[in-house]
Amino acid sequence: MSAASSSVAGRDGLAVLDAEEIRRALTRIAHEILERTHGGEEVILLGIPTRGVPLARRLAARIGEFEGLEVPCGSLDVTMHRDDLRLRPARALGRTDLPVGGVDGKTIVLVDDVLYSGRTVRAALDALTDLGRPRTVQLAVLVDRGHRELPIRADYVGKNLPTSQREVVRVLLSEVDGQDVVLIGEEGRKP
Amino acid sequence: MKRHLISAADLNRADALLILDTAEELASLADRPIKKLPTLRGRTVVNLFFEDSTRTRISFEAAAKRLSADVINFSAKGSSVAKGESLKDTALTLEAMGSDAVVIRHSASGAAHRLAGWVQGSVVNAGDGTHEHPTQALLDAFTIRRRLKGSNTRGAGLDGIRVTIVGDVLHSRVARSNVLLLSTLGAEVTLAAPPTLLPLAVDHWPCAVSYDLDSELPKSDVVMMLRVQQERMTAAYFPSVREYSRRYGLDAARMGRLPDHAIVMHPGPMNRGVEIAADVADSVRSTIVEQVANGVTTRMAVLYLLLGGTEFPAVAQ
Repeated sequence: MSAASSSVAGRDGLAVLDAEEIRRALTRIAHEILERTHGGEEVILLGIPTRGVPLARRLAARIGEFEGLEVPCGSLDVTMHRDDLRLRPARALGRTDLPVGGVDGKTIVLVDDVLYSGRTVRAALDALTDLGRPRTVQLAVLVDRGHRELPIRADYVGKNLPTSQREVVRVLLSEVDGQDVVLIGEEGRKP
Repeated sequence: MKRHLISAADLNRADALLILDTAEELASLADRPIKKLPTLRGRTVVNLFFEDSTRTRISFEAAAKRLSADVINFSAKGSSVAKGESLKDTALTLEAMGSDAVVIRHSASGAAHRLAGWVQGSVVNAGDGTHEHPTQALLDAFTIRRRLKGSNTRGAGLDGIRVTIVGDVLHSRVARSNVLLLSTLGAEVTLAAPPTLLPLAVDHWPCAVSYDLDSELPKSDVVMMLRVQQERMTAAYFPSVREYSRRYGLDAARMGRLPDHAIVMHPGPMNRGVEIAADVADSVRSTIVEQVANGVTTRMAVLYLLLGGTEFPAVAQ
């Protein structure tokens, strides 16, 4: 495992979190969610496609292990609410999948891989408004790399990663990419 | 770069699948409390209809409005066209009013293509004469995929599905677009019609031809009935409506010859009792109402992909 991730790191950038560290970060976030939501009642985890969705599922599985509680889990596509749509070709849509019962009155935890400008999260908040009225909305991210352009912060952070804006941060997850690793590289050498 | 949707032949398999997959995601919108997305806010879509239409115009209007675009409806009746204004001048007038996309229906084949050369924005063909009606083909493909392959079908084509298109192929833009699109998606298309209602060059189309509907029915997964377009018929193409209906109309007995999973489609408007019997049109196998609902979704996908970004996305084959 570590041999595989270091070979990727050597080619595509520096590995800042390996599979073990990602696992530990998610375990901690799962505990924090339970703590902050008083045992995880009425919580729904909504992943933002692509990589927020498997992260949300993993968090739900952890919470299930710790508390024997089945936390509903879904995905929330934000493409149609983005503010940069007109800057590039139209993008393919991701899936929006809500647990039965909807979001009204629930505690929603949005889950994404990287928090950067905050624009994706803003789009997610707008998308959520069209789906119903949650009681509270919280945000969990695996990596917070700074450089916010909007007044948005995460409630649960796997790792704070000071970066320069020239750098590119990429999260690879086994469900999507075949392995777990967080990479950081220079622009032009796309990690 | 694709800016217009003029012909189903403009779409390769990857493009067509992208539209269907986008429509699939947009379909869930119909179940939500707020059936609207902010994506095309500030964009203007003009519905330029030189021919009568109910479902297509309303469908495009609903699709544009659900994406928050502004819609200007134009119908030739009661406009300057009645005073003799040309298509080009009408189009340039609309463009000067700031339209980002023009949805055009016209009785002349090729009108959409001509228009695309005159305006800056996107042109979507909503039916030009007896030529093409690509969004109808897309919504039909979407309906077939949903009905026969379930709703979790991202990326799936229509490979191996046998579609029989029945009736007035000669005057039908729906038939041409469907033959092109469905064969691109991998379906096997057969046209079943009297020889007089088949176009001259039909042997160059990517489909089979049969004059005997009854022998085609048992091997069809989809049977698509076309409207007998009496308004376009300038000669006697068949002896009588009654005889046509006997040979090529779909009644309950004929429907009984279809395999159990097969569906019956009709692009509308129907001539009940001519090409399709009333009890067939209202049966559980009929997707006619579903096609209308899917029309809005599919047209949303087309408008989003043409107008949502800077251009229609290039997809790797």
